[in-house]
Amino acid sequence: MNAIRTIHYINQFYGQIGGEEKAGIPPSLSDGPNNLGAQLEKAFGGAISIVKTVICGDNYAAEHGDEVKDFVFKAIRDAGAEFFIAGPSFAAGRYGIACGSLCQAVAKELKLPVMAAMNPLSPGVDIAKRDMYICQAGDSARDMRNAIAGMARLGGKLLRGEKIGTPEEEGYIPRGVRVNVREAKRGSRRAVDMLIAKVTGQPFVTELPMPTFDRVPPAPAVADIEHALLAIGTEGGIVPRGNPDRIEAHNASKWKSYPLTGIMTLRKGDYEVAHGGYDPVPGNENPNRVLPLDVARACQKENRFGSLLEEYPVTVGNVTAVRSAERYGHEMGLMLKEKGVLGIILTST
Amino acid sequence: MRRVKIDKIVLSDRNAIEGSTLSVNEKELCAHLLEDRHLKSVSLEVAHPGESVRIIPIKDILEPRARLDEKQDSFIGVISDANYQAGVGTSVALDGVCVITSGSMVNFQEGLVDMSGPGAEFCLFSKKANLVLVMEPAEGITKPEHERAVRYAGIKAARYLGAIGRNASNYTERVYPVYTTEERLEKFPKLPKVVYVCQAIAEGLLHDNYIYGVNAQGCLPLLCGPTELMDGAVVSGNCAAPCHKHTTYHHQNNPIIEDLLDEDGRTLNLMGVIVAPVKTAFAEKERIGRQVFKITQMLGAEGAIISEDGGGNPEADLMFVDRLFEKAGIKTVLITDEYAGSDGASPGLADVTPEADAVVTNGNGNQRVTLPPMQKVIGVLDSVERITGGHAGGLHEDGSVDMEIAGIMGSTNELGIENLRTIAI
Repeated sequence: MNAIRTIHYINQFYGQIGGEEKAGIPPSLSDGPNNLGAQLEKAFGGAISIVKTVICGDNYAAEHGDEVKDFVFKAIRDAGAEFFIAGPSFAAGRYGIACGSLCQAVAKELKLPVMAAMNPLSPGVDIAKRDMYICQAGDSARDMRNAIAGMARLGGKLLRGEKIGTPEEEGYIPRGVRVNVREAKRGSRRAVDMLIAKVTGQPFVTELPMPTFDRVPPAPAVADIEHALLAIGTEGGIVPRGNPDRIEAHNASKWKSYPLTGIMTLRKGDYEVAHGGYDPVPGNENPNRVLPLDVARACQKENRFGSLLEEYPVTVGNVTAVRSAERYGHEMGLMLKEKGVLGIILTST
Repeated sequence: MRRVKIDKIVLSDRNAIEGSTLSVNEKELCAHLLEDRHLKSVSLEVAHPGESVRIIPIKDILEPRARLDEKQDSFIGVISDANYQAGVGTSVALDGVCVITSGSMVNFQEGLVDMSGPGAEFCLFSKKANLVLVMEPAEGITKPEHERAVRYAGIKAARYLGAIGRNASNYTERVYPVYTTEERLEKFPKLPKVVYVCQAIAEGLLHDNYIYGVNAQGCLPLLCGPTELMDGAVVSGNCAAPCHKHTTYHHQNNPIIEDLLDEDGRTLNLMGVIVAPVKTAFAEKERIGRQVFKITQMLGAEGAIISEDGGGNPEADLMFVDRLFEKAGIKTVLITDEYAGSDGASPGLADVTPEADAVVTNGNGNQRVTLPPMQKVIGVLDSVERITGGHAGGLHEDGSVDMEIAGIMGSTNELGIENLRTIAI
């Protein structure tokens, strides 16, 4: 088999251009694989040839999604590529979203096989998992060796057109879809076997796990609160006047973070309620009663904690799909973690 | 249960079983069925495995059965009197034969069977020697009258054919012991006591089942011995979508009862079968669910299998009873199917409960299939666009059909008579 012409997408960090300070760079194209790409080629055992590598800054990709997609599509077409690899991106937020979105677009619009590797917590997973196989990876580059091996194993099967087994067998992140298969035993016999196991205390495996809502255990108390960076945030839809990002009044499609630098209290008229699920009058009258900045500043002044994050995450939690809410929560958590926040007061309406 | 193995049906001027061939007196059977003035016409067709034949729209499917005693009728209580005890004595089945009721459509819940090609992979009826009753209703009758007429015709034909089996000389027999509760407790004191709860939808036209001939809409749950259903104690009025409605054949050959009887007295003590009507109103779900729970507790059951009939609102009954059972320590297994969307990405059940930790699924009815054209169609082909699982534009000019397997009779049967299931990928 001739090596499959492949395009490899990576961010500025893995492209060895720089760290966060280079996150704004636009996409660029280089010939052949870089170091990481060379490792991938090797793991694929000669089945692929990375003809071009696309390197793009994480912020640039986050802010110019369509432009980066067009860039990648052009690179694929110009190179006559038949396979697209993004990452591995592990648990990264912006990088994961870029990898997931690009793989999804290539798979759906160009109908080409794609491969990525992510941690299940990456926000890129929810974007793309139904449309592709995402190799399951650890949460950081420490798992690089496994991630590359997994991508090569699963990617090789895809390229050879082989049947892909279950997530457990193949090491991909469950796609959240159910497919029909044939069992050796008919359903009634499986039910009787399951009953015998259940009444006699033997192990059994349900064929249809009930969907369950996550139970999130409370985080342990902040150990050194006097030096901790804390934050405030809300699903109560307190937004700057005019709701500049148009967060929807119900089933919000986004969350946003707005600056608090130099702001000591949320003044009537400067902020407003964007939430469509409760009486907005008291919140519009005094936005602090939904997002308690006034009290936070007072506590800060009394040195009750280290410092306050100078921005606040906000969305509208009103008839919001659980799937969206989970995603916003993950993304907010990643943002807070990246900023070094140790605790947050989240208010709910 | 005496089973006479048949693999071929011949339309003839006499009734006979020679070897494994069943000859049917066509004229006499048609005349018998046309005694019902609600039917304008009846014609018989046969379809065998491997033939290029499509049968559509199908209302019900039955296995020909008779009681060996000529004074007793199978499908007890339907048309004739419920004047003997079903489930004891000797019954005769023409194993390998199905009676299929077809003809112009009564309602959307009618399905398709292909005798060859990819569609034939989905149900056991494709592997049977089928006698199809193609019936047209008399002018001016109502839909409920039409439904009843074709249901009765199916029963009459299945009895008529079953009676031919009484004199067959080649057969196999299986004896199912019928115990009293006291005998069960004495004989199998150490085995876990279990019940089987069989839902039977009772929700109106083409959604009803009949228990001993009584519309299940007027019934509270009925406790039965496991062999009673073999004599037709439950007759299908064609409930729900074709893929997951229990036909009368499924009730007669209930695989859960068969597989439980294989374990009865060995690993389990099958204390009884509870046929539970399913109605739409929540008050009725509570009324019926509580009765199911009461009977189960009275029997001292420690375990239960509950099978769903249909989909959607019956899942509320399923989960309600599961909760009652599990909270009382009755270890329960549910058996269902799913409507998870053609991409398999949607939640497949309309109701769930965290207690339901042991569920067997029989597949996703929304799976799409393309069925190639068949040389012969029995019934009315264009109804494929109107049945559940079909869609406008699904029938192509060459006779091929795009549809969901929801339209194939019994493809995701919730008694688990097939071997389809879903897995998460």
